[in-house]
Amino acid sequence: MINPFYQRDLISIGDLSLSDIECIMTTASQLKHKVMTPSIAGNVIAHCFFEPSTRTRLSFEAATLRLGGSVIGFASDDNISTKKGESLHDTVKVIGSYADLVIIRHPKEGAARLAAEATDKPVINAGDGGNQHPTQALIDLFTIQNCQKNMHGLSIALVGDLKYSRSMHSFVQIASLFDVRLFLVSPAHLSLPDYICDELKTKGIRFSYHEAIEEIINKVDIIYLNRIQKERLHAGYQAKNDSPFMLTLPILKQAKSSMRILDPLPRVGTTDPKIDDTPFAYYFEQAANGICIRQALLLLLLNQELPCQR
Amino acid sequence: MSEIKTTVSVAAIQNGTVIDHIPCGQAFRLIQLLGLQDKHNKLTIGLNLPSRQLGLKDLLKIENHYLADAEASKITILAPQATINIIRQFVVEKITAALPTNISDVFICPNTACITHVEPVETIFSVAQHGKQVTLTCQYCEKSFDRNQMKVKV
Repeated sequence: MINPFYQRDLISIGDLSLSDIECIMTTASQLKHKVMTPSIAGNVIAHCFFEPSTRTRLSFEAATLRLGGSVIGFASDDNISTKKGESLHDTVKVIGSYADLVIIRHPKEGAARLAAEATDKPVINAGDGGNQHPTQALIDLFTIQNCQKNMHGLSIALVGDLKYSRSMHSFVQIASLFDVRLFLVSPAHLSLPDYICDELKTKGIRFSYHEAIEEIINKVDIIYLNRIQKERLHAGYQAKNDSPFMLTLPILKQAKSSMRILDPLPRVGTTDPKIDDTPFAYYFEQAANGICIRQALLLLLLNQELPCQR
Repeated sequence: MSEIKTTVSVAAIQNGTVIDHIPCGQAFRLIQLLGLQDKHNKLTIGLNLPSRQLGLKDLLKIENHYLADAEASKITILAPQATINIIRQFVVEKITAALPTNISDVFICPNTACITHVEPVETIFSVAQHGKQVTLTCQYCEKSFDRNQMKVKV
């Protein structure tokens, strides 16, 4: 079957249709349950991380290596020619001539789109500033479908820094493709940007604003926590933004037994580690799912034929 | 003061373009938008002129320059109610312009974290209208802005 993803870029959740997303979920599920033995052997994948990363970079590397691909790239911009003044466009154009696919993380918003214009090779956005983190959103969706079976009808609380978190922005966009109810819990100055709220209104997604987890804890099926993005705040803001929402065991007493907690990690002031041993904690499963989603994307973007059985 | 007297106070032109009913305060933005500061055409600027329709309005008269459709289309982003008249030997032809679907290399992205501020790249915004509100969305950083937030590249 012809693969509609072949040689495409993945820059933003807005680039994906519901059918595209279902295809990625099916491929990831078959990889997770070892239904297929796929390969991208012979392909060189460039991992270009202009900004620090642990989970995203290493899970992309693990995904590449597990599929038989090779890795070139860098984990920071300290030793590359952008330090000499080379443009991002030229850097990516050259890297694209060495590799079969380019993965990019960059502190500036829109950098991944610019990178995709610079090279004919497929580009995956691994996070561009406070804008998008589409592969994280796919992991989040996959994880919720694993633990709650179906996205439709769920009540989901998004907690923490909703303004600067690219994971939240991408997640809201993917969640809005389903029939969900959103509870937005954040300090007023870190609330979800207006342009995303406007999209929610246009799509008819119900949402409300809250200032404390206790207000919504007994109503939700998923709590998605997110740390304060200190690296994107102005210096003067930092003092008052330290851990405004810490999820603790006493708060969870009011939660539904089926409720699950997600967090893209690192958790900095989001959850008490004592929660790790409760059935509510699902963030480490979420992180582990990064491998099969990223494997699925590499397979889909590099194979002419659809790798999954539909 | 009536609008007729105002019109008389600004001399008629024989050939060129008259952009009338510009919302008050937008004339200089339109000059930048059309790059008129770099053209050598004689330009008459009317500011804070009384208008029945708008209360106060701005007006531009550009001699010996006939606005192209693409330029007229750009004007609708900042001045949706503006009327554009092409004058040839004192004969007036009114242009009806529609909002463009996108606009390249005219505006600066208001998002300072956008890659367009640090890379040598043309900005591109898609343009959408919701009732009276016109929003521009940056192709790169994906942020949307009201037209009044936009600054013209100089």
